[in-house]
Amino acid sequence: MADQVLLDNDEPLLVAESLSKSFGRIAACRDVSFSLYPGEVLAIVGESGSGKSTLLQLLSGQLAASAGHVSYRMRDGVARDLATLGEAERRFLFRTDWGFVHQDPAQGLRMAVSAGANVGERLMAVGWNHYGRIRDTASDWLTRVEIDTARIDDAPRTYSGGMRQRLQIARNLVTEPRLVFMDEPTGGLDVSVQARLLDLLRGLVAELHLAVIIVTHDLAVARLLSHRVMVMKGGRVIETGLTDQVLDDPREPYTQLLVSSILPP
Amino acid sequence: MNAPAYNFAYLDEQTKRMIRRAILKAIAIPGYQVPFASREMPMPYGWGTGGVQVTAAILGPQDVLKVIDQGSDDTTNAISIRKFFAKTAGVATTTATEEATVIQTRHRIPEAALNESQVLVYQVPIPEPLRFLEPRETETRRMHALAEYGLMHVKLYEDIARFGHIATAYAYPVKVNARYVMDPSPTPKFDNPKMDNCPALQLFGAGREKRIYAIPPYTQVVSLDFEDHPFEPYRFNAPCALCAAENSYLDEIVTDDKGGRMFVCSDTDYCEGRQAAGHHGSLSAAPYKEKAQEASNG
Repeated sequence: MADQVLLDNDEPLLVAESLSKSFGRIAACRDVSFSLYPGEVLAIVGESGSGKSTLLQLLSGQLAASAGHVSYRMRDGVARDLATLGEAERRFLFRTDWGFVHQDPAQGLRMAVSAGANVGERLMAVGWNHYGRIRDTASDWLTRVEIDTARIDDAPRTYSGGMRQRLQIARNLVTEPRLVFMDEPTGGLDVSVQARLLDLLRGLVAELHLAVIIVTHDLAVARLLSHRVMVMKGGRVIETGLTDQVLDDPREPYTQLLVSSILPP
Repeated sequence: MNAPAYNFAYLDEQTKRMIRRAILKAIAIPGYQVPFASREMPMPYGWGTGGVQVTAAILGPQDVLKVIDQGSDDTTNAISIRKFFAKTAGVATTTATEEATVIQTRHRIPEAALNESQVLVYQVPIPEPLRFLEPRETETRRMHALAEYGLMHVKLYEDIARFGHIATAYAYPVKVNARYVMDPSPTPKFDNPKMDNCPALQLFGAGREKRIYAIPPYTQVVSLDFEDHPFEPYRFNAPCALCAAENSYLDEIVTDDKGGRMFVCSDTDYCEGRQAAGHHGSLSAAPYKEKAQEASNG
């Protein structure tokens, strides 16, 4: 699947070059390099404290790297270094071409305003000024993430955990971004809800031709969603490759440990 | 009249200079909230401490001051602020809009058209229009700086989703000079069109929140709305019960406990002016006055 994508888009969307980040003496992330192509799903796996979330923040421009660069190919086809973008440009990118799905939906949603307004906010931020059209688009997206449109005027406070997470996904995808960052999107959900959410995500990713960088400690999530996997340990990428290859035939001892630690179904 | 214990207009000269600098900056950047070192005033917060400081800073000995509270010249707040400046600055005061050069107001813009020689000073409780949607001051400042105003429409969206129309009736957000979104203080949205292209200088003072902002004369002020839900000023559908005015903003006054009510102009000066000019409403006292005179004559 990844190969097929490479054919119609041979320029990388996002390129990380020897990214490092240290907090004082602690090196959270060391010398990480990779390229992400349009439509490709990359899973970053590893145990807690391995630097996954720090890497995600570096990649999405929320943290400044101690060394290295991240460049992103804008919609006009020009690759730009994230560090040289102005704050206004970065925030605009975040509202339009990027999405960020937090583990805790309360961080990514406005809990006190209705679901429709949550989905519509990005549209209004890019200048949509027609209530009817905003509402139609919002209800269309609620349908796509399997939320009953009768609940469009309810606040996410009244939603279940799984619904909140689906709403957060709808809110991020409404501007048709090309790249979505996900930080443990299935964390804190029970197994059956996780399965439905993953199913939904897999469908949307394929349909919208999304590039996704997903951080997870759940190898099952990586296997279901991603084309490629990066295994991190102690801030370094110790193994990288196609998902089946890494998970079925792990080379590094640590990856072998990680894979063997999953209970057989 | 002038109490010698006070400096002219209560505040000391250095404080007035500081406030004037903030005002000048506010005029230079229409709609932008300028922080200033708000002083303690001899009145509680919420009673117009910001407006009083702005008035004190711009008042000169030749000025004629009018103070209104919800359109009325004769409420406690209006009277006490008028007396305050009569005492500390010795300026002339008036209730007539046309005669005033400085008008301090709470929650209304006078019905009479303002002119270039007048300054309108608003008392503002909460200057930040985005406050109830985004509680972080650092974030709202950044949003103003980058002109990210999508969130303001979220509020209007919520109104329509809940009530079927934009139900915000006061403190209706406006965009000033096509740049900054501004809270016009809790004036009814009926008054919003009066702010647009107004010949008078409009100054806004928030004492507790320590912010001053301004709309210079002849500046474009646009009320935010949706294409399919345009801005509409709201007014009770009735004539004034005292002066029969059809186009003034009305207060609803409950007259008994059986559902009786009357609508009267909120701008008392405008209403009295019309009554003096011979306009009478359904509940006007004037006919009774004549009857009483007839009775005493006869």
